[in-house]
Amino acid sequence: MKHIKTIIDKEWAEVFKNRMVLFTMIFLPLIFTVLPLVMLYLTGEGMGDMGGVNTADVPIEFLSQCDEGMTGGECMQIYLINEFLLLFMMMPIIIPVTIAAYSIVGEKTTHSLEPLLATPITTFELLAGKSLAAAIPAIIVGWASFGIFLLALPLIGVSSAVIRYIAGPTWLLAILIAGPLMAVASVNLALYVSSRVNDPRTAEQVAALLLVPLFGLLFAQLAGVIVINVLVMLSFIGGMILLDIAMIYLGVSVFQRENILTRWK
Amino acid sequence: MIQTQKLTKIFKIKKGEDIPAVVDLTLSIPEGEVFGFLGPNGAGKTTTVRMLTSLIEPTSGTATVNGLRLGDDDQAIRRSVGILTESPGLYERLSAFKNLSIYANLYDVEDVDRQVEKYLSMLGLWSRRDDPVGSFSKGMRQKLAIARALLHEPPLLFLDEPTSGLDPEAASLVRSFIEELKGEGRTIFICTHNLNEADRLCDRIGIFKTHLIEVDTPANLRLKIYGRKVVFHLRELDPLWIDSIRELEGVQDIQSVDQKLVVGLSEPEKTNPIVIRKLVQLGADVQFVGELRHSLEDIYLQTMKTSGKEDVTL
Repeated sequence: MKHIKTIIDKEWAEVFKNRMVLFTMIFLPLIFTVLPLVMLYLTGEGMGDMGGVNTADVPIEFLSQCDEGMTGGECMQIYLINEFLLLFMMMPIIIPVTIAAYSIVGEKTTHSLEPLLATPITTFELLAGKSLAAAIPAIIVGWASFGIFLLALPLIGVSSAVIRYIAGPTWLLAILIAGPLMAVASVNLALYVSSRVNDPRTAEQVAALLLVPLFGLLFAQLAGVIVINVLVMLSFIGGMILLDIAMIYLGVSVFQRENILTRWK
Repeated sequence: MIQTQKLTKIFKIKKGEDIPAVVDLTLSIPEGEVFGFLGPNGAGKTTTVRMLTSLIEPTSGTATVNGLRLGDDDQAIRRSVGILTESPGLYERLSAFKNLSIYANLYDVEDVDRQVEKYLSMLGLWSRRDDPVGSFSKGMRQKLAIARALLHEPPLLFLDEPTSGLDPEAASLVRSFIEELKGEGRTIFICTHNLNEADRLCDRIGIFKTHLIEVDTPANLRLKIYGRKVVFHLRELDPLWIDSIRELEGVQDIQSVDQKLVVGLSEPEKTNPIVIRKLVQLGADVQFVGELRHSLEDIYLQTMKTSGKEDVTL
């Protein structure tokens, strides 16, 4: 455990000195938190129930998500805010990819892996340390952004019905469970990509492919093909668990000492 | 301290394509010895170090390092050796102190701060402890990397090209420090291209290119390859004297170079006075007499040439 802690400490000490990483960790969550708040504010009471919007304006596939007592405006708000759920879900992908890409490819470019591997650290400890160092900040930032978002909702006059929906099972499953799972997949993909490339930016770009299924969800919802609800989220979580297992296997398989020293160029 | 028996490493690049890096390396290095491992680029020196430090697995053969068996006690081996890798591999954004404290923790050093302070002070880096390593000169980085290898006080050190790329002053500082370590009785395995350095520091040297070609003390290698030669500097040299000297007992061979006679002698201590007397008798004015000392570079090049390993690029 001491070795894992040392690796996490090292990674954070090094990675957080990188302005690019700090920018990603602060600016991105800020934008992703403020955008849905602005949308909710603009579509809230000030708009006079969104200028006469009623439940007939909400896509029929989505109506099941609206409680009986909700106004048409509230129903439209939760329809719109559901698209922003995907922004919150992007955070645990983008942040660890940035950290992992710099921490792993960085070790390659500075040739610091060999002395590190020459210590008594086990491959598991090294891998766990690096993965946790990349995943933990992403998970914390994701949760913190959601917490701030929740706290800000009543302050901008969002109705309790909408707040109840956002603090409900679909969003909580997405933020609290799907988010960390996506962070794990993202870190391991970055790890795998890092073993094949020499440039952190390339690692970031390739690992960002994980965003594709999220965009798939977004467009499927916009097109009315699916509605992101508890069932969809549970299925998504199930898929992410399988993906995580595959990614961890892939990450571990390339992270063998001999491969690293003799093939990582 | 290090015992290897037919240690071999073959890299499999593609299916059916094998590259032998180290073949049948049998070596014994006792405690306290400074062993120089010489060979051209791509000879397999770094691969040997990586095998002996449990970083990569041998394809075949056995080895014990500090009494621990390779393949069975890999983690214990890594704990008991220190390694200076070919490239220092430091964390440039972090301070010198942080760099060392990370490694002290990974080596489970008990009093991390004290140990880090000890080596930073010893290597003259204490005043720069809080500076990022990225601002250090090449020599300072190399010293820091050596300090990192010593934090856990290993009895056995592997130094891969310790003075490579350093300016003469920094190289001299590093060499002096290695001499200090030698004085402490540590066993040191040095891979180097710098033959003068090997000559100065090493008790024995191994000349290696995939196979171990020669291993002995520099003095014995000189004797084995060139024998002992004495140079007689004369005011003038009459070519007729050469045959007279060749006939003397103990003279193995003789050559003339300008006004000098280079005489191969089995026991110079015994034969020198006889040669000098003879030269004086022949009417020669002997100005100086000295033993010809071949450089390690001569020995290395000659060894490679006679072993058929033609590529001698260092």
